[in-house]
Amino acid sequence: MEKKHQENSRSPRKRIINFLVHVLLAVLALIWVMPIVWIVLTSFRAEPGAYTNTFLPKSYTIQNYVKLLTDKNVLNFPRMFKNTLIIAICSCCISTSFVLSVSYSLSRMRFKMRKPYMNMAMILGLFPGFMTMIAQYFILKAMGLTEGASIRFGLIIVYSACTGLGFQISKGFFDTIPKAIDEAAVIDGATRWQIFTKITMPLSKPIIIYTIMTSFIAPWVDFIFAKVLCRANSDQFTVAIGLWNMLQKEYIYQWYTCFAAGAVLISVPIAILFLYLQRFYVEGMSGAVKG
Amino acid sequence: MNEDRITVKNALLKGDLFTKLSAVLMGVGIAGHRQIIKGAVVLLMEIAFLGFMVTTGFHNLSMMLSLGTEAQGKVWNEAKQIYEYSTGDNSQQILLAGVVTCFVIAGFIALWILQLQHSYKLQKMIEKGETVPSLGKDVKNLFDGNLHITLMALPCIGILIFNIVPLVYMITMAFTTYSKEDEHLVLFDWDGLHQFQRVLNMNGNIGRQFWHVLAWTIIWAVFATFLNYILGMILAMIINRKETKWKSFWRFCFVLSIAVPQFVSLMIMNIMLQPSGAVNVLLKNLGLIKESIPFWTNAMLARVTIIVINLWVGIPYTILQVTGILQNIPEDLYEAAKMDGAGPATIFFKITLPYMLFVTMPYLIASFVGNINNFNVIYLLSGGGPTYVGDTAGQTDLLVTWLYKLTIDQQYYNLGAVIGIMTFVILTVITLTTYRNSSSYKNEEAFM
Repeated sequence: MEKKHQENSRSPRKRIINFLVHVLLAVLALIWVMPIVWIVLTSFRAEPGAYTNTFLPKSYTIQNYVKLLTDKNVLNFPRMFKNTLIIAICSCCISTSFVLSVSYSLSRMRFKMRKPYMNMAMILGLFPGFMTMIAQYFILKAMGLTEGASIRFGLIIVYSACTGLGFQISKGFFDTIPKAIDEAAVIDGATRWQIFTKITMPLSKPIIIYTIMTSFIAPWVDFIFAKVLCRANSDQFTVAIGLWNMLQKEYIYQWYTCFAAGAVLISVPIAILFLYLQRFYVEGMSGAVKG
Repeated sequence: MNEDRITVKNALLKGDLFTKLSAVLMGVGIAGHRQIIKGAVVLLMEIAFLGFMVTTGFHNLSMMLSLGTEAQGKVWNEAKQIYEYSTGDNSQQILLAGVVTCFVIAGFIALWILQLQHSYKLQKMIEKGETVPSLGKDVKNLFDGNLHITLMALPCIGILIFNIVPLVYMITMAFTTYSKEDEHLVLFDWDGLHQFQRVLNMNGNIGRQFWHVLAWTIIWAVFATFLNYILGMILAMIINRKETKWKSFWRFCFVLSIAVPQFVSLMIMNIMLQPSGAVNVLLKNLGLIKESIPFWTNAMLARVTIIVINLWVGIPYTILQVTGILQNIPEDLYEAAKMDGAGPATIFFKITLPYMLFVTMPYLIASFVGNINNFNVIYLLSGGGPTYVGDTAGQTDLLVTWLYKLTIDQQYYNLGAVIGIMTFVILTVITLTTYRNSSSYKNEEAFM
């Protein structure tokens, strides 16, 4: 078998196909990587303005990063960064505990409302997210969470309150942990709570990390809920709104290269997290599909 | 068997004095059956509910009928030489209060049923001579047999307050005149199905736009879902070929684009494809074009551009998701096909694709739903444009982005709510029919 395969790949026709495949892959990979390379180069571009008449910058500088991190008059990036960090940490804690609690219950416990809950989650998922957004805004307003510093609480609530609906991937993971372990623990006299905290959680590190990271990333990349909630309160802006604003007409000439710098600054940590998390994502997906 | 069941009917018919009394004085039945603290708590909840209803609840409900009538008044005060404003009714707040009150009442009814059943259950336990669990034991059980109640209480409250209540509230808006049209932003009325008629009526301005947007939404979702799926799968297979070298390098190149936050990469794409953006500059410098290509201002071109860019966004996800599953396809299926002289295309369409469709149907449906509600790609790339004069919906607007424009930009809340409901209805129909017709639903056995 092995020998035949080697002979095949040496035949001229196979070689040409092989070569073409690699050329194709190289072209496609270039297309996929080019915008990313371009934005990194733009973030170091010395010429101001959004549009230039060359594809690549003529001269390079790190002034864009300096301006982004020190100019606090118009678009205060460090403060936006601080806002987002606070929101991300809080909502990450809440949503991780919500997601893990719900998915553990659905995976391991059997109770009357289990199926109805899962069906409800599916039905709620079919409504467009913005339908609730407007009404959420009115509810937060009635609670007094739409003015000044309390916008932060509003955003934390918006990002974490409904995360109990996103249990699918971690439930799929919990489903793959053998039930026999639980049963053995029950025989030894462990309560459900002890099984949850002392047995299941230590076995579920990948999915815990995955859940923490995804919920931590969410506030950094959402700009639409943040925009609706913050409106003109510029001291409460998150990073995403800031970046979005930099591309609006009144700022784009001054801030375009800074936008590129900001985009790079935000993307690098998220990209590292993501590349590290990829395998958990794939594991979760195949688990969920199997279930 | 039926006589023993713990139902409200049985509790009312066969309950003892305490159980029957608890139909009026909630918690008495539980307290009378030796769970005094629990009973007291339930009784307190009833008192709190009645207090709420008397002070505000009934008022909320009665206001909900008219949604408020008093406009904000303005009276000239001669003594102070200023206009004095009287607080008028705010229909939006009245509606919200009404909806919340309805939820409180529903919760109360649920509590009423639960306590009645619980009282009857305790009564029967005592009749049989079993010991009634003490409060301490109940609490302990919350961390053992009833752990799911402890774990799911907070998430469920969150979902109720910040998903279900807003959703119902928004749905009720569809039946009102709450809109900037005719200045109904402060005071509005019930409007029946009038807005639905407007949206569905093909001859009206709104109706015409709705059918346009709906058609494009479905075309977009079909293209975005299936092109991404098929092309992503082919690419994954090319990378996974035995003869392909540097597999992990290729995969890294594609996955890198997922790692960049989507809103950043989409905004970059938008800028790059502007008339004087990088792509046009590059093509001009290469001498391929003289005039800039109007990527975002020509309706047809904008649509194609969006679908193509969505390939850039979506294919890496497909590669990630299908790689593992592709490797699970039984090798002997391929061997047998090759023996029978099948070419690569036949093998793909007769073996790989059906197998993948079978395994990934739930994922495909989910991504179809996700694409119909795909706000980011459209909003950040084209902003729904180009928009013709007199329209609220642009040529590339999806139902969701139109919903966003109608509510946030135009403040046509009632129309927005109708669009949201229509989206839900359409998605429900599509999801149910595809899922029920899919082979993974019809035949839950393994793929053959």
